[in-house]
Amino acid sequence: MNEAQPTLAPPVPTARRPAAAWALGPLALLLLLLPLLEGVPLVGVLASPFQRIQMTYGLIFGIAALGFNLLLGYTGLLSFGHSAFFGGAAYTVGFLVRYLGVTTMELWLAAGVAATVLLAAVFGLVTVRYTRIFFSILMLALSQVLWALALKFFWITNGTDGLRIPTPGLLGGLVRTEDKLAFLATTYYYYVLLLFFAAVGLLWVLTHSPFGYALQAIRDNEVRARFVGIPVRRYRYLAFVVSGGVTGLAGTLWAPLNGLVTPDILYWPFSGRIVFMAVLGGFKSFAGPMVGGVAYNYLETYVIKTTQYWQGLLGVILVALVLVMPQGIIGALGWLRRRAREGA
Amino acid sequence: MDVLAVQVLNALLYAAVLFLIAGGLSLIYGVMRIVNLAHGNLYALGAYVMAWAVGVAGASLSGGIPGTAPPLLVLLLPVAAAVVAVVGAVMEPTLLRPLYRRAEEYQLLITFGLLLILEDVMRILWGATPLSASGLWAAFGSANVLGAVYPRYNLLVIVLGLAVAALLWAVVYRTRFGVVLRATSQDRRMAAAMGIDVGRTYVLAFALGTLMAGLAGAVIVPIQGAVLGMGVDALVLAFVVVVIGGLGSLEGALAGALIVGIVRTVAIQYFPELELAVLYLIAAAVLVTRPAGLLGRA
Repeated sequence: MNEAQPTLAPPVPTARRPAAAWALGPLALLLLLLPLLEGVPLVGVLASPFQRIQMTYGLIFGIAALGFNLLLGYTGLLSFGHSAFFGGAAYTVGFLVRYLGVTTMELWLAAGVAATVLLAAVFGLVTVRYTRIFFSILMLALSQVLWALALKFFWITNGTDGLRIPTPGLLGGLVRTEDKLAFLATTYYYYVLLLFFAAVGLLWVLTHSPFGYALQAIRDNEVRARFVGIPVRRYRYLAFVVSGGVTGLAGTLWAPLNGLVTPDILYWPFSGRIVFMAVLGGFKSFAGPMVGGVAYNYLETYVIKTTQYWQGLLGVILVALVLVMPQGIIGALGWLRRRAREGA
Repeated sequence: MDVLAVQVLNALLYAAVLFLIAGGLSLIYGVMRIVNLAHGNLYALGAYVMAWAVGVAGASLSGGIPGTAPPLLVLLLPVAAAVVAVVGAVMEPTLLRPLYRRAEEYQLLITFGLLLILEDVMRILWGATPLSASGLWAAFGSANVLGAVYPRYNLLVIVLGLAVAALLWAVVYRTRFGVVLRATSQDRRMAAAMGIDVGRTYVLAFALGTLMAGLAGAVIVPIQGAVLGMGVDALVLAFVVVVIGGLGSLEGALAGALIVGIVRTVAIQYFPELELAVLYLIAAAVLVTRPAGLLGRA
């Protein structure tokens, strides 16, 4: 298993990074102002309550894909079981509602993230001993255990009917909104947006710390990384737990937005969707997965609208991406920018 | 006593079908180091093709009266499997070959894309309503086995599974093609240097693997029908089998299929809620203690 493997991601030259970061500033500002832009020409289309809820879904998927990509893009581990963390957190929320009657968002967040970190800590003991295909399949098998339990123990989980999630109170119950649409489209939009920024900040700091560079060294050449004294197994484990926790954060935020938690989000094709998001945006860059999460959500919403064969269309897109544009949207943008510069 | 006999036969039946699916998956991995996520949907494709063919041929042979399909229709089994093998033979050179020089994660991604595509291709061709070919199953009637009444068609499937296992063993270990196959799987470059046409070997191995998946789908359809989503379920079970037995090992696939067949039959009988979870837990436990699987080489 230790023979040199072709590396997943040649590192993006660091000199280019700031340029991408500059583009993120205006985008963040746009996201902050979005609810105020309703009715404004051009951007107003994106600002209707329906679109803001769509954006909230996209941001949540972005968080999930960012967490996932700490493993794929930075550590070189392709997990086909991240549905376990996303769904595990969502089910934690469901259980809190059903059995303890808790409807405070902060308690959900604390419990959801804690539960996923714990879950990742347990899964990680087993999984990080493996790399490549073995890691992927082991994650898939472990996540399927949770799916099977959620499906079969219907007297606890309600089976395929799922668990209802009511509108929560925010900030310890201080903020409560009766109008569900207004709540989701404005209050909750901002709530998710702030946590999105927090997650992005956390991962940015983490991936640009010595720890983050050590992960990339492990990804590029495990033997060499061990040789220079990086505790490979421990760093992989830490990356795994953080990755699980961040994806769990996304799952927790998703539960009240969707209003219903079903075994679907524990089933392994949902893991495939998280993988898809990262690849779509470009898993070799930091910003790729969050762009991919938002883009994926729009893709799914509108592709589903136009054809009932949306899965197949997504499949075609994925195949085309892998064959023609493996660096995803961010990679394609960079390519366009370089071409424009050379042409000028 | 007869209850036990039926249970044993059910376990064998299940193991036979699982071996066909997982054996193909393992063969493809063994030779090409591809974990084909679309494998389960090729199995489903085999089921759909078979159900459709039985419907068409059965209608013309028996004057459209359902339930009277003659046992002659089992001859359609290899035809359905061959259709799937052709799909495999097209897939490998066009979609997978460009990726061999890249990291193997890309193969997981592209085969996941193919999984989604195949699912919808079947939806387009045959609609969302399940297809059935139970007429064929019924036409075989049942036999007395150790005091238990058991469907004859199921016995046929068990025998077929055993026959394929033996045949595959003979092909891999007793023919020239088997030597080529093993040489290529050991060291692709060395095999090429010895004058083996690696490209052709890959197409044949991939087609053989998908042929087995297609055959598995074709034999199961008279028993349980063809339904969307069956491929995704089967894929994960096939993973469980190859993980237990050892990825890339055919003997391992056989052993894994038997273990899963028995465990599942017992679990369904005594702990129906844990049926699926137990299988995944066994797979995880094997991976933890023996990463290469029970019969796999590290």
